[in-house]
Formats: sequence, C-alpha cells, structure tokens
Amino acid sequence: MSLRITLHTTARILRQLRHDRRTVALLIVVPALLLALLYFMYDGSGGTFDRIALIMLGIFPFVIMFLVTSIAMLRERTTGTLERLLTTPLGKLDLLFGYGLAFGLAAAVQGAVATAAAYWLLGLETTGHAGLVVLIAVINAVLGVALGLLCSAFARTEFQAVQFLPVVVVPQVLLCGLFVSRAQMAGWLEAISNVLPLTYAVDALVEVGRHSEATTAMWRDLVIVAGAAVVALVLAAATLRRRTP
Amino acid sequence: MENAIAVTGLVVDRGRRRVLHGIDCAVPAGSVTGLLGPSGSGKTTLIRAIVGVQIVRAGTVTVLGKPAGSAALRHAVGYVTQAPSIYADLSVRENARYFASLYGLSATHADAAIADVGLASAQGQLVGNLSGGQRSRASLACALIGTPRLLVLDEPTVGQDPVLRADLWAKFHALAASGTTLLVSSHVMDEAGRCDRLLLIREGRLVGDDTPAAIRALAGTDDLEEAFLHLIRNQDEAVPA
Repeated sequence: MSLRITLHTTARILRQLRHDRRTVALLIVVPALLLALLYFMYDGSGGTFDRIALIMLGIFPFVIMFLVTSIAMLRERTTGTLERLLTTPLGKLDLLFGYGLAFGLAAAVQGAVATAAAYWLLGLETTGHAGLVVLIAVINAVLGVALGLLCSAFARTEFQAVQFLPVVVVPQVLLCGLFVSRAQMAGWLEAISNVLPLTYAVDALVEVGRHSEATTAMWRDLVIVAGAAVVALVLAAATLRRRTP
Repeated sequence: MENAIAVTGLVVDRGRRRVLHGIDCAVPAGSVTGLLGPSGSGKTTLIRAIVGVQIVRAGTVTVLGKPAGSAALRHAVGYVTQAPSIYADLSVRENARYFASLYGLSATHADAAIADVGLASAQGQLVGNLSGGQRSRASLACALIGTPRLLVLDEPTVGQDPVLRADLWAKFHALAASGTTLLVSSHVMDEAGRCDRLLLIREGRLVGDDTPAAIRALAGTDDLEEAFLHLIRNQDEAVPA
C-alpha cells in the first residue's frame, strides 16, 4: 500500500465528483430536505422530531454513500478501468482506501450541511455537541462506503448492485433501534441487531442526544463502527481479484 | 534476440468454452509484433494472459523474464484494453495525470504523452465528450506515460483516421527503436504489413508466427490476407476436424 497513490486516487475520485454537479447538489441538499420533511411530519410533537432527526443524521450518509460507492465501483469494473488499474503499481487497498477517503470527505460536507440545517433551521436540540453528530455521520458514511465496495464485488450489473441495498442496508435500519427500541425486541432479533454495525452508530447518536459530554459508551460505539468499516474494506480487498476468469 | 514475452502451452477456458487451445509463441524484445486474427479468435484473451489479469488453465506466460502479472511487472508493462478504459467523467489531462501519479511520475510526463497521441488541443475536454477515435487515443496516452518496457495494445487503431493511424504506427516503431517491445492486436489485415513480426491466431490456435515477409513467401502471395487464408487451409488439412 502506498499513501501517495491512495491520496492521488482520492483526488481523482473527488475530481470525478466535481465534474458531476448534479450528484454533488443531490448529495448535499437531499438529506437536509428530508430532515425538513420530518420536521413538518412531527410538527408540534416535541421530542419525537429531536429523537428521529438525530438518528437520521447518522442513517442518511450511511445509505447514500453505500449506494453511491457500490455504483461507482461497479462502473470501474464495467468500464475496464479496474482491470487496467490492477495492471499498474496501484495496490488494492490504495484503491479501496482512496474511495473511503474521498467519499468520507464528501460525507463530511454533507454531514455538516445536514447538521447545520437540523440545528439552525429546524430547531433540533441535543444535550451533546453538534460536532459529535457530524463526526458520527462521517464515520457512518465511511461504513457505508466500505460495505458498498464489498458488495459491489458480488454484483455484475447495476440492477444487482442496487438490490444489495434492501439486503444489506435495510435490515440494519430496521433493527438499529429507530422503529422498535432494541430492549423491546425479541431476543433473537436483538442478537442480530447486536452484530450489525449501524446499531452502534445509532447508539452513539443517542448518547450524544442524552449527555452533554462525549461518553465512554459513545467512543466505544464509534470504535466499533470504524472497526467494522476497516474490516469491510479489508474484506473488499480480499475479494478484489487481479486475475479474473 | 532476447524474448520479451514467452508463452508455452497456454490453455484458457472462459466459462465452459475453451478459448485458447495450447498457444506457444514468443515476442522478441524491441520489436512491433502484430497479433492478428478475426473477432472472437482469442486475441484479447491472450493479451489478458500476458498482462496477468486472466486466470489460465494450463501453460506459462513469461514477461520480461518474470511470470506474467508479477508485482515487479506493474511498473514495466503498459496495457490498453480494447474498449477505452479511462474515466469518461474526467478530462483527458486529469486522466493522464492520474495514471502518471500511479507510476510516481509528474504532470509533465502526462502532458507529453497527450501530445504524443495528438490530443494536446483536446486535453481540457471531458473524455465522455470525445469521439471514439479520440477516446481510444486518450486511453493510449495513459499507457505511454513513463515509456514502459512492454506495451500491450488491444486494437489501438480502430476508428482512427488514416493519417492518424499512420502517425500512430510511426510512433510505435519509434518506441520500438528506443527499446520498447510492442504487442499490437488488430483484426484488420492491412495493418499486418506494418509489423516486424506477426502472430496469426484463429479459433484459439496459432496459425502463423513469423515476419510478414516470411509469411508472404510461405504462402506464395504478396497479399497478407490471402497468406492468412493459405495458412488456415494448411492448418485445417493438418488437423482433421
């Protein structure tokens, strides 16, 4: 692995993004708009908006970056650039960490805009600091990127890649404690929820909602999410083959 | 002469189909070798095996003295796929500079390669907005960066105008004169005459491996297309169906 090649790859991916203004606009504006929708849905019901919006600030970047990355990686595969890159000195991890870093940076902008909109325009209130919310959103986005890269290895077409969203992402959203609190779930569901990384991201956000200072539980959760992202990236590298049939 | 590529007993299956049936051939260093054959004859598969991205069933492929696909070869082998494999959503310059950066080379090298393929005036354009011929030249430019010791080009001249095609062939010979080995595939027989050596491939079998002059002499005709036909007939007689 080479830091230089990784950073050049990150820069290349960000340049591609920059040429695609519509995608950039969608990435930045859509989460804020969806939060506004939630705001009007829960108008006047006090704490409910605060609880759900906070969790959504973590879920949006995860879902969006999963989708964007799995398509981006699939494009590398179908246009032949991946095959070509693998005949160059680029290491597999250079490419994967390059993606993680590029979309992580994009997620930082997205998270900052969505969080700013949530606090300043929509009156979101949390006991903890908004900066921690952005941090969690970014780490979540990197998790989405890592899982997207891993899943794209198992997809040959865009249709297949998109189908991994309901398979990989939706169960995590359903079981993360947003719809039913995890303590009220049947034991086996809670057990599944315990091994899904998004659960810990949501748990970390709930900690920020309740405590004025960053808690040990929150840092532990974040380490778990970041660890899961690294494991997914390494697995993605292991499934990326230089030689293909 | 020393061989840049040596292939022995190469067998490749893709899916359930056997694509290469035991290929033996060699490409001498510092030459322009043409890999010719009709569409579907196994040219691209042989090329993929040489650059080390093809899973092979049997046989060996040695490139610059090392097994194909070795990490050490990634600095020494330039590869241009048949479909232009560059980023359509980046400009020509951005593409070239990215590929240069993978080899630790500067923007100057990237710009020189763009000029080499005659795209200097289009370097700011997005690859997605280029014509097919320009796009494949942009793809070629990315492989020329840093003058690799071996250049493997899969149909690089398809869709180019005749003047540019002549320029590209001149460029290939200039590279060979400076020590680079080139393996260039084509399905157009009129390009065969421009090569120092020819590998003729049909239905996954090598039917000819010689200089154009020797192949013409063997077949007793000046027309390479006809010579190719002659070789195929000879092979069909030798190997009863």
